Amino acid sequence: MHPFAYQRASSEQAAVEAGNPGPGVRRPPTEAAAQFVAGGTNMSDYMRLNVTRPDVLIDINELSPSAYGHIEADSAGLRIGALVRMAEAEDHPVIRSDYPVIHDTLKLAATRQIRNMASLGGNVLQRTRCEYFREASFPCNKRQPGSGCSALDGFNRRHAVLGVSDACIATYPGDFAQALIALDARVEIMGPQRRRTIAFSELHRQPGGTPNVETGLAPGELITGYVVPAGPHTRRSRYVKTRDRESYQFALASAAIALDLDGATVKDVRIALGGVATVPWRAHEAEQLLVGQPLDETLARRAADAAFAQARTREHNGYKVPIGKETLVRALLETQAMDV
Amino acid sequence: MADHPGTGKSRLSLHRRGFLTAAATGATAAVVARGAEAQTSEATPAAGVNPRTPRPVTLSVNGQTHEIGLDARTSLLDALRDHLRLTGTKKGCDHGQCGACTVHIDGKRALSCMSFAVMAEGHEITTIEGLAAPAGDLHPMQQAFVDQDAFQCGYCTPGQIMSAVACVKEGHAENDDDIREFMSGNLCRCAAYPNIVAAVKQARDAIREG
Repeated sequence: MHPFAYQRASSEQAAVEAGNPGPGVRRPPTEAAAQFVAGGTNMSDYMRLNVTRPDVLIDINELSPSAYGHIEADSAGLRIGALVRMAEAEDHPVIRSDYPVIHDTLKLAATRQIRNMASLGGNVLQRTRCEYFREASFPCNKRQPGSGCSALDGFNRRHAVLGVSDACIATYPGDFAQALIALDARVEIMGPQRRRTIAFSELHRQPGGTPNVETGLAPGELITGYVVPAGPHTRRSRYVKTRDRESYQFALASAAIALDLDGATVKDVRIALGGVATVPWRAHEAEQLLVGQPLDETLARRAADAAFAQARTREHNGYKVPIGKETLVRALLETQAMDV
Repeated sequence: MADHPGTGKSRLSLHRRGFLTAAATGATAAVVARGAEAQTSEATPAAGVNPRTPRPVTLSVNGQTHEIGLDARTSLLDALRDHLRLTGTKKGCDHGQCGACTVHIDGKRALSCMSFAVMAEGHEITTIEGLAAPAGDLHPMQQAFVDQDAFQCGYCTPGQIMSAVACVKEGHAENDDDIREFMSGNLCRCAAYPNIVAAVKQARDAIREG
């Protein structure tokens, strides 16, 4: 592991100043000299693999609990601090009752040990990755820009079929992000220069020609929390995750659904797909096809076809299209059948 | 140890159990300090401080306070095993995939391999050594693992037990499905899973009857 200096940030201001690389530095935060750590479950792993090599690790766990460590719930929605742990949000009674899709994505992610440690700020920033990214002896455009992609013609069974490029087909592995993008969440960001709020859907970047750039965050910028607007669709919401094994496994395909029904007719629907795309993926084409229509299995299948119409498969991941469609169909019908 | 590239002979010997068993904690810190001085030439300066220089770290483990000198790269797992000689906590994968290193941090189960020891400062750590009563009576979960034959080789057992104690405390041991889901972070290569589920249920009931 690359040696690093460890420091604890006593305030938000101190944290972003410590993370500020100064003017003119254009490296993405994942390659910056100074990087933030909260739960450390992703960071320590990649540091041990020599994939991430910060010179300075800034521990942000002591930042103001009132701003970072709480979940606030009112009629307008949720405000979730970035240092709330996955398990804390999973156990929150309002999230459980009024935002079940958030509860599902957390409960079905990782293990309880990891969920006790991992912060929600760090969770959405977990690296988009594949086996070749983790193993530093292989070429990887994400780890070493320009070195080539070992996955394109390699072992690519778990790789993405949506949002891919000729430079990278690594899958965005997270679950919680699918709930956030489905529910039109917003992300609060504090940086060396300013505070800003963006739509969650604007946070992640498709790989294109620069797969080493995974988000629109600048070095020194810190996620401070998420705002999830309330709506009639949040209670009828659900996450279905299809995996190689029943627990403690990344999704081969998943679907987050939030549904507002008038009888059988779809008034509003939000669909996000996990395990199949390079970024948290909102399936707008499928949503448009459903709105105003009575939901049944035939319609759900048409929506699933639309969601995967642009899929680009490689040698070993062609199965993700049918399994992704089945996952979406099941998720839609199970969400419709929910007793809310 | 993958986290000490370019180590000299003294550094390598530092991590051998025989050496550690003989060495007092203070002597361990002194050897770490000497090893660091020998490596200053290849250090990356950050904020004027050699990051390899061991820093004093105070860890509170099983109710006891320990002051040790640690390279910031040291995981909590390695600090427990190699520096405090608490070898009950096991190293399996060292990447958060197996659960053998499970400890409690402030009463919640966590993976010590994925925690840097410096980050554990100020928190209360409980390991398998801290579970039994001072008089030596086994914790109900330890007794249940014995009674239910919930292991074969035993390597995953300390992690299983620490995880299982938390699983019951969280209220996630109400039925077999819940137990399997909330214990899925602890792998058992001997596949003693049915017996582990039985042990968790026995201990759950014993803890409730108190």
